[in-house]
Amino acid sequence: MSVELKSNDFVALADIALHNNDLQHAVGAGTRGGYQRRAETMFAHSQEHGEHMRQQAAEAKRRALRNLPDLLETAERNLIANGWRVEWAEDAAEANQLVLDIARRHGIESVTKSKSMLSEELGVNHAMEAAGLRVVETDLGEYIIQLNNETPSHIVAPVMHKTKAEIRDIFVRELDMAPTDDAEEMVAFARKMLREDFLSADMGISGGNFLIAETGSIGLVMNEGNGRMCTSLPRVHIALVGIEKIIETVEDYATLTQVLPSSSTGQKLTVYTNILNGPGRDAEGDGPDHSYVILVDNGRSKIYGTDYAEALTCIRCGACQNACPVYRSTGGHAYGWVYGGPIGAVLTPLLVGLENAQPLPHASSLCGSCKQVCPVDIDLPRMLLDLRWELVRDGHSKTGWDAAMKMWAVGMTSATRFALGGKAARAGQHIMGDYMPGILGNWSKHRDFPDFAPKPFRQLWKERNQ
Amino acid sequence: MALPARESPVGKRVSLFVTCIVDMIYPGTGLSVVEILEHVGVRVDFPPAQTCCGQPAFNSGYRDEARTVAAHFFKAFKDAEVIVTPSGSCATMLRHEYPSLFTPDDGERYQEAQRIASITWEFSEFLVDGLGMADLDLSLPARESFAFHDACHGLRGLGLGGASRDLLAHLGNAELTELNECEVCCGFGGLFSVKMPELSNAMLQNKVQNINDAAADTIVTGDVSCLTQMNGGLSRRKSGKRVVHLADVLAKALRKERA
Repeated sequence: MSVELKSNDFVALADIALHNNDLQHAVGAGTRGGYQRRAETMFAHSQEHGEHMRQQAAEAKRRALRNLPDLLETAERNLIANGWRVEWAEDAAEANQLVLDIARRHGIESVTKSKSMLSEELGVNHAMEAAGLRVVETDLGEYIIQLNNETPSHIVAPVMHKTKAEIRDIFVRELDMAPTDDAEEMVAFARKMLREDFLSADMGISGGNFLIAETGSIGLVMNEGNGRMCTSLPRVHIALVGIEKIIETVEDYATLTQVLPSSSTGQKLTVYTNILNGPGRDAEGDGPDHSYVILVDNGRSKIYGTDYAEALTCIRCGACQNACPVYRSTGGHAYGWVYGGPIGAVLTPLLVGLENAQPLPHASSLCGSCKQVCPVDIDLPRMLLDLRWELVRDGHSKTGWDAAMKMWAVGMTSATRFALGGKAARAGQHIMGDYMPGILGNWSKHRDFPDFAPKPFRQLWKERNQ
Repeated sequence: MALPARESPVGKRVSLFVTCIVDMIYPGTGLSVVEILEHVGVRVDFPPAQTCCGQPAFNSGYRDEARTVAAHFFKAFKDAEVIVTPSGSCATMLRHEYPSLFTPDDGERYQEAQRIASITWEFSEFLVDGLGMADLDLSLPARESFAFHDACHGLRGLGLGGASRDLLAHLGNAELTELNECEVCCGFGGLFSVKMPELSNAMLQNKVQNINDAAADTIVTGDVSCLTQMNGGLSRRKSGKRVVHLADVLAKALRKERA
């Protein structure tokens, strides 16, 4: 299903999520579990060691970002030397057209896909289905999402928002599974279904966690082995890779494949950690006949030259989602596009335009947990603040707020006016009681407000020192 | 961005930045701060022109207004040697954000922003890290159990939390226990609480649950804004538990000794 852009409806979508008990239960448990496991794994040796790994990972990604144009050229050269065909796509339409062209060229009918958030941005499944191709998502979470005609709600756990019972119902409804509440039985059932798809597919599509410039390889990590099936069994393999996924060396890959699983699932290492080097060689018994890399921009180069460039170092681990108290309350769909949570609140406005995602920079209490857990130390709270500033500067803020803030600043630049304001607030509270006017009513809906003091501190101080 | 370095505040006069909320709603907490500071031998003054640090404007994207209010702050505290404030959040505004709001092109205001950032201390870190006094030689009138809530800006902006726990650990008759998810936001977030009230409430609900489940009767924290959110939620939900500011707990012990 191609993803619609609904980020301006964040508040309404969040309300729906807040009233969905299954979602509250599933996301609450999923995020907290991930957060806990991350802490245990990252700091298994010591706090210091974990912090050191974070800084090392951040430096690897920042170094790559600084040299992005040169590294992309190096990568292209080395990819080609490895037998990959390299294509460049400026946007979703170009990327999808390239996929369709490749499929046509090789007479493809059925496609297996391993997990890729970029493919969600592009809506490539929708494009392929519209062209008559059969497409099967093979990551278990993505498989369930596809069956239920949804989009992923979490970067690494796409079906986090569903309970086990809901997943059972989807399998029963869509695939005639014999009803069971045993998770292992459900997984075994899905595995059996998927096995047939793996064997019959003639093209596999994967993402790429990393693009290793020095060796011309795609680094791909996974736990289910489905990615290996997609990248080695079919005749044709396409890796869809964002240009920001580039890293310089295999050593950097070693660094990053430590922090990525630690941060996302609390594993020291994923079950499968792959370095893909293009099509199968003559002497090899397996591997695709044709390997393509489509390097996709889709708005990334627009971010590159700005103060938000560091957001491009994100390795899509989902740790900020697990840590964020807002995401814990809403799940990912409320953010109205591909990426939820703090990284989504930053990336969405940058990729689709701030005017199309106005509530997202405000979807945060600025608690700072996202930056604290980020394996590459992206200063997400700072970026949220900068985006809020842009909203005001570019006139996207509501005029009521503009006027209130101007008046407030006048009040706060004089102790006399400040004290008068305090007296007025106390008098107002005396008259109005618990009723609070305007937007302040949003406060008293769920909480009591304390009384303004009969005498402010400044007066008590004066009396004390007389 | 790294925090600006600070000199030792030992022996210096302290200018209290009491914060706008303490001034208008919790003046007693302001007095508690003064009493504790005087108890450890610090000379305290209160620059009378002070108002607010400007954070509400800054956090909601109104940088021009935040700069205007910051400029007023510079005037109000131009003679300060050391600034102490009973709020990790306002201290973060002074230490982190003032330097980010002005550039060298702003001339004197840039210098002032740097200076303010390099003389400001949050109350608990001033006592423990600044003066090296975790043990204030005080004891509560009767045994009480506490748990600490780490307010976000203090914890992640300034690395606070240890100092408050140290002070409570050395306080006689105080038992310090655990609060589940003590480092998770209460949902206040300044204007977030009225801009996204339902989300703020969901986060508050989680916090209230954890407080109700805690062994301690009283939750201690270092920010009255978070305290207002949490007490507002506890009171609305008819919980018998309350959140108090660290300075008020310490001052309670001090007042007992004086009585």
